[in-house]
Amino acid sequence: MNQGVAITGMGLISAIGNNVADNFASLISGTIGISKISRIKTVHEHEIMVGEVPLTNGELEKLLGLPADSHSRTPLLGIMAAKEALAQAEIQDISEYRTGLISGTTVGGMDKSEQYFYDFYERDLHWNHINSLHAGDSTQKIADAIGLTKSFVTTISTACSSAANAIMLGARMIKSGELDRVIVGGSDSLSKFTINGFKTLMILSDTYNTPFDEHRKGLNLGEAAAFLILESDAIVSKENKKVLAYVKGYGNANDAYHQTASSENGDGAVMAMEKALKVAGITPSKVDYINAHGTATPNNDLSEGRALLRVFNENVPEFSSTKPFTGHTLAVAAGVEAVYSVLSIQNNVIYPNLNFKTPMTEFNLVPETQLKNKEIKTVLSNSFGFGGNCSTLIFTKEA
Amino acid sequence: MSSDLKQELKEKIIEQLNLEDVTAAEIADNDPLFGDGLGLDSIDALELIVMLDKDYGIKLADPKEGRKIFESIDTMAAYIRASKA
Amino acid sequence: MKLEVYINSIGSVSVQKTFDDSGFLDEVVDYEGTSVKAVDPTYRDYIPPAAARRMAKGLKMSAVSSHNALKEAGLDNVDAIIVGTGLGCLGESEKFVRDLLDNDEQYLTPTRFIQSSHNTVAGSIALDMGCKGYNFTYVHSNISFESSLWDAKLQLENNEAENILVGAVDELVEHHVTTHQFIDHIKKEPVSREQVLRSGTKGIVFGEGSHFFVLSNQKQDTTYSRLIAMGIYNTLKKEEVSDTILVFLHTNGLTLEDLDGVILGINGDVDFDTIYQDLANGIFQTIPQFVYKHLSGEYDTASGFGFWMANKIFKTGKVPEVIRWNDIKVSQPKRLLLYNQYRGKNHSLVVLEKC
Repeated sequence: MNQGVAITGMGLISAIGNNVADNFASLISGTIGISKISRIKTVHEHEIMVGEVPLTNGELEKLLGLPADSHSRTPLLGIMAAKEALAQAEIQDISEYRTGLISGTTVGGMDKSEQYFYDFYERDLHWNHINSLHAGDSTQKIADAIGLTKSFVTTISTACSSAANAIMLGARMIKSGELDRVIVGGSDSLSKFTINGFKTLMILSDTYNTPFDEHRKGLNLGEAAAFLILESDAIVSKENKKVLAYVKGYGNANDAYHQTASSENGDGAVMAMEKALKVAGITPSKVDYINAHGTATPNNDLSEGRALLRVFNENVPEFSSTKPFTGHTLAVAAGVEAVYSVLSIQNNVIYPNLNFKTPMTEFNLVPETQLKNKEIKTVLSNSFGFGGNCSTLIFTKEA
Repeated sequence: MSSDLKQELKEKIIEQLNLEDVTAAEIADNDPLFGDGLGLDSIDALELIVMLDKDYGIKLADPKEGRKIFESIDTMAAYIRASKA
Repeated sequence: MKLEVYINSIGSVSVQKTFDDSGFLDEVVDYEGTSVKAVDPTYRDYIPPAAARRMAKGLKMSAVSSHNALKEAGLDNVDAIIVGTGLGCLGESEKFVRDLLDNDEQYLTPTRFIQSSHNTVAGSIALDMGCKGYNFTYVHSNISFESSLWDAKLQLENNEAENILVGAVDELVEHHVTTHQFIDHIKKEPVSREQVLRSGTKGIVFGEGSHFFVLSNQKQDTTYSRLIAMGIYNTLKKEEVSDTILVFLHTNGLTLEDLDGVILGINGDVDFDTIYQDLANGIFQTIPQFVYKHLSGEYDTASGFGFWMANKIFKTGKVPEVIRWNDIKVSQPKRLLLYNQYRGKNHSLVVLEKC
């Protein structure tokens, strides 16, 4: 009944690596990707820290064999990750099965739209970017780059839980037999729009983010793209595929409390975790590691911490937030952390919650601060977004 | 009588927060702006922080500071006067 | 055993006076232009002033259309809210970018940024009614609404939810219109409602609207129709469209003869309407053909207007003259196919059956 959906490939590009292997190496060696902002010119450059992908658009286009200035950054990052995932799953013919692509993004092509907002009126040099503000345009460009035609291709935007919801929909479509294979995840690039938006909410830290710490000052924005390949059991057995891990549980709920903030007691988060555990058919005690949302805003970490205590009845397993490594990569945070969850299962390792010093006064929750080896069979990963959107995914070693 | 600054604050608040159905005369100097009074919320508080910066050159680094300052028109006016002194 | 999926109620704010559910396109709103705005209901009748003060146009339209859909279905709450939108509350995003550029990133306010989140409509509706259930927003151009429908269908068939509020919303914004005129996606010359679909010029007339529906796996007195089948294809070559539709029908146990009408997304763009024309003169030649984008304007979720219209046809048993595309008459159609594409991409097929 509670059969998981097989993951057969992964791709990831973030501030701590251009591929999955480099990301894992950084996680293990404690190499962070947070720095002063360099790629975007902003008046806030001295007041914020970010997790930037080091490659420029030009370098990405060169790597991908695309014409210069043909794409906004979101699809460029997305194509990198999607291609890596397809390669790992050893998929040569993308149209061999009923294949879908579901991507999460918040900004789409906003980086180009804001750059050329007035320029569009002056000259026709950058008119190729006029229609790229559409979130769906970035997904279609990823589909084009991997040769996916005549297929179910869609985009989800539920703020910072988008990629979790993309993975959830993909798993549901495989389970219902609507698709045989689906590429799920997300892509989001940094933009002035996002930086200034979060700035108005006064939740950006001027230094390294410190999840679950009493003195946390807010989040660091990041950018990334991450995709997973999900395949039906029929394909897995027919092609004798190597399965990396399974999407075992998923749940989405709405906090219905505030437009941007989470409720005091994390009602939505509790419901999302409980739904995911129910879909997975497991009790909380089976969870070996929690990859927390842990953005390091005062509000999130308090709300999420309380929700963890409610779901796990004071027996919260080892948990950590990996956002001190990557920053908060918004729509794709759950995609990045899905890859990290699978790597945790494959390598039996728990990542450190860097920068943590002082437990919060409201409760006695202390994240793992050191790299730890432990047999990991089940990982729970949380992602919460604006609009009260709360999502939980559960990944397992066994189906 | 409301001082000029207080009258100005009321008008600015109505404009900034788009309080179409409220007039300046309806806001008493010591009315609570949040909760039971004018019914403003945490997003309004952020809007008021921008107003302080833009119109009075006062920058707040921590949104929590706003809670005391924005208690009422009286407290806002007192804070602005003290900052300018 | 998969459960049936019913459309139990409708709500719409559009370029036509659809917020008033008493008639069915009895008085048609005419226009002459390159873009056309929604007919505003009296928002104060639906939204308390304290709430309205921070609401973008898309939110306001959706407050009305979702309210009407819930009311007709007799519901205070639902198990899930799923909204499709091409660009969300784009007006707020545009103002935020303009402020950002004009003021050198100073004195920006949070409200515009918050409303720029694509999921602000779905989130706000959930907040208003205290709906803690599943809450998704699809943002994939002109299949945003169809993605939402598909998601709802999956949940209802598998009994993961009983009542789902499904919506479609997009708003009209000046910067978007002007820039898309530069690239011929929107018409440069004004055109009238009567002429637009046969204008013979590049681009479309841009519109806006919000359409909400309660989908359920329980039939009730208010039920309009049953959602039988759906298909979504990101790209199709022009010559693949007919075959794809035939295969889709066959896969779902249907033939062309089972259709009492087709609702086509013809929008007056001379470069891409040929895809519809090939069907109208080809596999759909003997089937009554209906159109709607001269009434709604074109936008990412205009197909929500088509979905609204199909359901009104079923409920009233009428086919207004203004929506007829060919001369084949039909009364009381029982089964309709909706086919839509935009600029040759994101093709969608939806089959509805009268209840």
